[in-house]
Amino acid sequence: MTVYAAPGTPDAKVTFKPRYEHWIGGEWVAPVKGQYFEDISPVNGKPFAEVARGTADDIEAALDAAHKAAPAWGKTSTTERAAVLMRIADVIEANLELLAVAETWDNGKPIREPLNADLPLAADHFRYFASAIRAQEGSFAEMDGDMTAYHYHEPLGVVGQIIPWNFPILMAVWKLAPALAAGNAIVLKPAEQTPVSILVLIELIGDILPPGVVNIVNGFGVEAGKPLASSPRIRKIAFTGETTTGRLILQYASANIIPSTVELGGKSPNLFFADVADRQDAFYDKAQEGFTLFAFNQGEVCTCPSRALIQKPIYDQFLGDAIERTKRAVQGNPLDTDTQVGAQASNDQLEKILSYIDIGTKEGAKLLLGGERNDLGGDLTDGYYVTPTIFEGHNKMRLFQEEIFGPVVAVTSFDDYDDGISIANDTLYGLGAGVWSRNGNVAYRAGRDIQAGRVWVNNYHAYPAGAAFGGYKSSGIGRENNRLALDHYQQTKNLLVSYSENKLGFF
Amino acid sequence: MLDSTVTIAGETQSRVALADVSVELLRQLWAQYGPLMFHQSGGCCDGSSPMCYPQGDFITSDRDVRLGTFEIGTPGAPQPIDFWMSAEQFEYWSHTHLTVDVVKGRGSGFSVEAPEGVRFLIRSRLMDSARPFD
Repeated sequence: MTVYAAPGTPDAKVTFKPRYEHWIGGEWVAPVKGQYFEDISPVNGKPFAEVARGTADDIEAALDAAHKAAPAWGKTSTTERAAVLMRIADVIEANLELLAVAETWDNGKPIREPLNADLPLAADHFRYFASAIRAQEGSFAEMDGDMTAYHYHEPLGVVGQIIPWNFPILMAVWKLAPALAAGNAIVLKPAEQTPVSILVLIELIGDILPPGVVNIVNGFGVEAGKPLASSPRIRKIAFTGETTTGRLILQYASANIIPSTVELGGKSPNLFFADVADRQDAFYDKAQEGFTLFAFNQGEVCTCPSRALIQKPIYDQFLGDAIERTKRAVQGNPLDTDTQVGAQASNDQLEKILSYIDIGTKEGAKLLLGGERNDLGGDLTDGYYVTPTIFEGHNKMRLFQEEIFGPVVAVTSFDDYDDGISIANDTLYGLGAGVWSRNGNVAYRAGRDIQAGRVWVNNYHAYPAGAAFGGYKSSGIGRENNRLALDHYQQTKNLLVSYSENKLGFF
Repeated sequence: MLDSTVTIAGETQSRVALADVSVELLRQLWAQYGPLMFHQSGGCCDGSSPMCYPQGDFITSDRDVRLGTFEIGTPGAPQPIDFWMSAEQFEYWSHTHLTVDVVKGRGSGFSVEAPEGVRFLIRSRLMDSARPFD
């Protein structure tokens, strides 16, 4: 085990600046209004840096820089752009521990996650899109012997991106990599809960990118996010967040007649068919872990498997084992590599989770494990820790219908295949799902019948670059993590060329 | 505590309320932004939170339900605030009464209270009309 030194103490892998400005046109730029806000670490509930509080003026400055950079960047060869993306990936890998400590301090997640998941995935994501853009080809079609339609991919120009706080670096990279590969210039607004780690990254990779190609403006949604999302100077807006803001962003996009991709969360079902418990073997152990993954990243994952549906014949046994498994999850100092469950990202997130535990109890759900704030004492006493929580109840309860975004799973049983699929699909959302069965036919059919963009079959929470990710139903529009995402950042140019000397003959 | 008026046809009980601290904050935000509205969010990250916008900033439709209207003004100077939710979400929420409270916090989409270092939070209880789950 390793316990990384806390930022601000000797031996810390990262030294935060006392104050961060906006990153515009390849340099640090003070906010026009001169205002800053404090970034609070959820690890100990204390502020650790000041961050520029952006407004419409700062968004305009960032858009100026992006528009200045976009034409030349859009004309670079895919070879050049791929090389830039590859270099960024190398820098992320070379600074793994520094970035991991920064991410954990900003977000509260246990450091084994950024070390082994968030950051390696981020690096690989850049490499994937470097490869995808090199491999992408236009197309042509012969209309007839004398006419050919050529189709070219062109960048959109300047795009806006609004990033969530649950994976501050990785979610930014999911949007940055395809947009950059496609040749766009970007104005990006991180979440106000986690504004700093992406700035630590841009400090490392800033000189790899031409000035103005990536611009980062921090601030609050209403003050900085809204002027970005509603600006007539962007050609696309991408957003990850919740449904009401998603609708608002789509409304702004409609006003400017620009495309928008939105990823709006879920309430993902995790189905365990009876044959999972046929043997007490490695697969059973894997399925048990699959249940416990609701506590991964403190449940702050859009695809958190927050509804566990267990087939009746194995309900008591499987759930009993899962409770014991979850009890063994180690919650503690997020900077300790042995810690499995860290802190919730913010105080209001903590409050919201506790409010859901409250309504779950009032709705008549049975609390089987956890259900309270965890005071870890010492320096961590003011951090935002919630114990992994298991409820048993009915799928119509709000506990089963609303994304809590905490380490809370709601468990119920199902009779047969049709009942399981029916409960799984009884939700507004359709982002992720899990299916566990030893029978390949059952697993396949369930995977196809569940209305969700990503169904993990006999695994959960893997996010390899290449596997398309995005929502059905109210979970949003668009796909990330796959070359399909390039389409969301490209125009189609058609050159319709006549190779004939003969006129049409109409006039 | 301030109860909303009843706005759903055929109903007699208020569905939403404002904690006193929310009334005070809303009066302050009204002075800053003008008329306001709420739309209850769902889903990811900042979801499950009531979003407060300048009235008309968020376009509601026939697929939204107005759960109630708060009156935070005076008889001479009314300040009505509607509380909305999507109809599909209301199908899953209708058995619960909602109280808009305020907690310390940071960020909540484009909701107007966020820069004050606080955010609105929903506290819930069962409606008297709620039926047990079967």
